[in-house]
Amino acid sequence: MSRVLQALFFWLVVRPFLLVGIGFNVRHRERLPVAGPAILAPNHNSHLDAVVLMTLLPARQLHRIRPVAAADYFLRNRVLAWFARAIMGIIPIERRGGGREAGADPLAAVSQALERGEIVILFPEGTRGEPEQLAAFKSGIGHLARRYPRVPVIPVFMHGLGKTLPRGSLVPVPFFCDVFVGEALYGLEDHKAFVERLTGRMQAMAGEGRFPVWA
Amino acid sequence: MKDLHPHVFAALAGIFGILVLATLVVWLVGRARPSLDLGEMRARIKSWWVMAAAFALALVLTRKISLAFFAFVSFLALKEYLSLIPTRRADRHVLLLAYLSIPIQYLWIGMEWYGMFIVFIPVYVFLLLPMRMVLIGETAGFLRSAGTLHWGLMVTVFSISHVAYLLVLPQRVNPLGGGAALVLYLVFLTQANDVAQFLWGKSLGRHRVVPTVSPNKTWEGLLGGAGTTVLLGLLLARWLTPFNLREAAAATLIIGFGGFIGDIVISALKRDLGIKDSGILLPGHGGILDRIDSLTYTAPLFFHYTYYLHA
Repeated sequence: MSRVLQALFFWLVVRPFLLVGIGFNVRHRERLPVAGPAILAPNHNSHLDAVVLMTLLPARQLHRIRPVAAADYFLRNRVLAWFARAIMGIIPIERRGGGREAGADPLAAVSQALERGEIVILFPEGTRGEPEQLAAFKSGIGHLARRYPRVPVIPVFMHGLGKTLPRGSLVPVPFFCDVFVGEALYGLEDHKAFVERLTGRMQAMAGEGRFPVWA
Repeated sequence: MKDLHPHVFAALAGIFGILVLATLVVWLVGRARPSLDLGEMRARIKSWWVMAAAFALALVLTRKISLAFFAFVSFLALKEYLSLIPTRRADRHVLLLAYLSIPIQYLWIGMEWYGMFIVFIPVYVFLLLPMRMVLIGETAGFLRSAGTLHWGLMVTVFSISHVAYLLVLPQRVNPLGGGAALVLYLVFLTQANDVAQFLWGKSLGRHRVVPTVSPNKTWEGLLGGAGTTVLLGLLLARWLTPFNLREAAAATLIIGFGGFIGDIVISALKRDLGIKDSGILLPGHGGILDRIDSLTYTAPLFFHYTYYLHA
């Protein structure tokens, strides 16, 4: 049931809005995975980030795409929680200091999704932060990559969605947006070194674009 | 479907005939000289097909669809412009108002309210947007923001909406084919002028016109292209326009030289921003601004010329 609702929502609402209202310049779309298990590691500027990636990935994978999202934010009321789970297919995780039990594995749900062969979207910055500014990456992605060295981690650099719908805004303002897909990385080193390598890759991709000042 | 004059359909058929010919030529050249890289040329012609098909459909279906089509072109152009220039985060809601001016401007056209159509953006929107900015209260970069935003609206919305207003001019302005024929005449000659100037410049171009803005633009391209446009326009005038030969000569000179100026004005914008193409919407052409650059000058100039003489 929710799979049908999800497909309807993406075909009737999300796609027309994103393709007509916003518009994208996607570089190296062929580097996006056609099936899981895979980890997408995009920078995070806007609530639109996850839906954009879910639209760019193959449509038949839609119900197997799982954005990792903060439980305290997305499960804060019943309506939002239903939407986040049923339509967006999120994997809720407890942020540091949240309701997590001591010693519990914070990435257990993400690991299970990868074992099921799903495509996980994990924002390494952890939060949207200041729109169109790259924040320091959290270590979670490094641990995950180390745990699954055969699963590709695909960095994605996006620009423009933070201008279209930044944190704290409810009304989107159309801008053409850029999506640069990077080459897959594999977790062959320890988690710190991996996060460093991913950060370097992301900064290099950010440097490939020419973006007008927005402040 | 609108009740269109047979000349309009003949002209549309002519446009598709030219595209068939161009496709055929590129295909034959590709076969004869397989070493030649024609990828760019193929992409360009494919984009022409898509644009011509959308334009033809918009023209022959209902009037509402025609106006919606030109409103959408304005929307894409404004979005492209706003994505290229520096903008202020504080202006988010001002930009939203700027977008909102598009449906309103085309609504005046649908209502055939000429007086409002002609003052709405140059006067009311011009007064409204800075007011909204001031109410938000961010003064750093105010002049740059107010100035660039209104310039963009004039180019992408006000100018382009003149093409749409041709469609609602009374039948007596152009008994032969009405507004649709005038739109076809203007848009076809503007685009043909671009192509002709490009081809003349490529084959004979030596003396640059504006080397600091657009080093590829030459006097040979400009004069050869404008001359070609005048000839084409004189041939087509009696089928599509109310112009006599002398009026048609002036109209086509306006398109030939106006188109050139529109082209280099957008070139100057791109050079200032440090970019080559305005976007990626039309493979082989660049962005939408790259394609309608000439039209931003020819549309208002041709419109007012026609309006002055025949409305």
